[in-house]
Amino acid sequence: MKFLTALAFLVTPAFADVPVLNVLTYDSFTADWGPGPAIAKGFEATCACKVNYIAAGDGGAILSRLKMEGEKSEADVVVGLDTSLMEAARATGLFAPVTAQPNTLPVPFADPDFQPFDWGWFAFVHLKTLKNPPHNFKELAASNLKVVIEDPRSSTPGLGLVMWVKAAYGDQAGAIWKDLADNIVTVTPSWDEAYGLFLKGEADMVLSYTTSPAYHLIAEKDDTKTAALFDEGHYLQVEVAGKLKAAKQPALADQFLAYLAGDAAQSVLPTTNWMYPAKTPAAGLPAGFETLIQPTKSLLLSPAEAEAARGPAIEEWQAALAK
Amino acid sequence: MLAPLAALALQSGLVLRAADLAALRFTVTQAALSAAISCALAVPLARALVRRSFPGRGALMTLLGAPFLLPTIVAVLGIVTVYGRSGWVSTLIGAPFPLYGMTGVLLAHIFFNLPLATRILVQGWHAIPAERLRLAATLGLPASARFRHLELPMLRAQVPGAFLAIFLVCLTSFVVALTLGGGPSATTIELAIYQALRFDFEPGHAAALAGLQAGLAACAVWVAARVTLPEAMGAGLDRAPMALGGSVGDGPVIALGTLFLALPLVAVLVEGLPGVLVLPAQVWPAAGRSLVAALAAAALATGAALPLALAAARGSRWAELVAMLPMVASGLVLGTGWFLLLRPLLRPETVALPATITANALMALPFLMRLLLPEARRLVADYDRLARATGLQGLARLRFLTLPRLARPLGLGAGIAAALSMGDLGTIALFADQDAATLPLVVQRLAGAYRMEAASGAALLLVALSFTLFALFDLGGRHAAK
Repeated sequence: MKFLTALAFLVTPAFADVPVLNVLTYDSFTADWGPGPAIAKGFEATCACKVNYIAAGDGGAILSRLKMEGEKSEADVVVGLDTSLMEAARATGLFAPVTAQPNTLPVPFADPDFQPFDWGWFAFVHLKTLKNPPHNFKELAASNLKVVIEDPRSSTPGLGLVMWVKAAYGDQAGAIWKDLADNIVTVTPSWDEAYGLFLKGEADMVLSYTTSPAYHLIAEKDDTKTAALFDEGHYLQVEVAGKLKAAKQPALADQFLAYLAGDAAQSVLPTTNWMYPAKTPAAGLPAGFETLIQPTKSLLLSPAEAEAARGPAIEEWQAALAK
Repeated sequence: MLAPLAALALQSGLVLRAADLAALRFTVTQAALSAAISCALAVPLARALVRRSFPGRGALMTLLGAPFLLPTIVAVLGIVTVYGRSGWVSTLIGAPFPLYGMTGVLLAHIFFNLPLATRILVQGWHAIPAERLRLAATLGLPASARFRHLELPMLRAQVPGAFLAIFLVCLTSFVVALTLGGGPSATTIELAIYQALRFDFEPGHAAALAGLQAGLAACAVWVAARVTLPEAMGAGLDRAPMALGGSVGDGPVIALGTLFLALPLVAVLVEGLPGVLVLPAQVWPAAGRSLVAALAAAALATGAALPLALAAARGSRWAELVAMLPMVASGLVLGTGWFLLLRPLLRPETVALPATITANALMALPFLMRLLLPEARRLVADYDRLARATGLQGLARLRFLTLPRLARPLGLGAGIAAALSMGDLGTIALFADQDAATLPLVVQRLAGAYRMEAASGAALLLVALSFTLFALFDLGGRHAAK
């Protein structure tokens, strides 16, 4: 028994009194192929600490976990909420102010409580062989093209699309959705089902990101996919990180957020999260990203507007699509 | 069971909305249609399977377990490969098959549940004592009269249970209904629960919806119990089952049924094979965790179902209701409720596997109950007096009477419990941290990161493991029953 105890000490001396930073984030951030492991390793090399990820399913799950745990949450830092959840997250009163970091987002973005770490334009992805890709929602609605979208009630891209139509068309949004109804093959609970159906050839286009073709190009050497450039502009998803008031390691939390905004972490994100880094690193973006479509107009409702619009916009979407 | 509901309700009080009514209507309609069509198709299929003996029949019977055990999203993608707009059927007929809509929802639910109904009914036919069939043959009863006097009473006893089981499974459908349903009109209560918990964080709304689901289930259990007629066949002498005369229709019925069930399975195989070569290393420890959880859940569920089934067979309505309830408590509600209850006491990550095992065992309980109950009723009716008269009790009774006579449904039920647990995603996703992922969670993470090929490969591995577990238990049970 004593021998075993001694052995246990031998095996784990490194963590004996090293502070641990708990980071609450979504599943795919922590996966081997996600940005989590490289960022943790890079940060641990600078901080004499250990990073422990707590994984929730997605942005929505992170928020609901925070609401369930309240101030008892073990997390020091939260990584992976987005602009459509920010206001609800702020309203919990659990978040502490963060130090502003420079960013290169296509729209001005400054928030006292949250720091952007990556972003993407929503877009309809299609095969390059598609004839006459539409240039806006009206052309899409008038065409015979078939699309797969995600449900705004269960998926952040789905909610992003509803916000996109709302931001572009305002009071006309309901009419646009009515015209789109016959183009929509189906609505899936989350992004992966929709994207899987598109890859199987069930639809001409799928709601995803302008950066999706970069995955196929860089990871699979497949340049058959692109995204349709819409002249109404493209809605943004900005992913943010924040610090909890109840953090047990507030200083480490600040250090981590600063590291996340720096070049080392930012250059990990494009080819792991397949999103644009919040601040383009000095070395630029990975080869292949220059082939992506470049929207000239970006749409983004402010967090407060997004929170207010969410319920009514979803109801409008539902009413227009329910047969 | 009820503690998690209460935990949710305490957070914000019970709330229901107008939109929930539409969800309720769609949920009940699709579940009732799915159950009715599955049962209607299962009667000829089960009858043909009982009447015919052919090489590979045993293998086919085991294979009948497969669709039911597929993780939902794997099955959906398999169905899309076959029936999708650019699937095999569309290629064959030269036009897109109109899959998305009620057609797709029903097709998927029948694919899942026809095998379950068929297995329940085959068991029923096997249980008609050979003596009765001999007597019918001796009296020269025509097939129609034999059907009316022997087979129809069996169906009256078995079909309501099968209908109920399928109705309850489809009541909590969410991914299938939405993905194949073609739009928000295919909203089920389960989706509303998901929305309430994940996006709106209104635990009270979720609890009210979960209560609504449980109420529906209780109604269904009550109705099924009312229309189920007890069998009055009496005990047989366990002679070798007598072959019922077949008819020319049996061959085509079996062929069509097999084709319908096998095509999506073949699709899963075809899609998954290339992905097996690119499986990431994370898959293997996850597979190990899933296997351990599945075996533990199967043991726990079987251990709980046997006494409950025996109590229900002795007339306890209460035991039956308790065992059927978990079927409609969504994994998400159970998981979230327990999370809220346990959170103040310990770190959720430390109980990820035990919580998953317990939740999965609970979820499997209704299926075990459905399989055990008819046999347990027969056991009590036919042998209780004899056992008492001979003083057979305690362990001896369990060993010489109960276990041998219930071996077949116990094996099948344990197999279903193990396989369902292998494929479960609801609970583990709430509790697991990065190092405790199970195989379904890894499949989801791969698919969520564009790695559809690896995800298909991992899904195929998952299906292969679930099915192996299921087949081992099922064959073990059938072997022990001989």
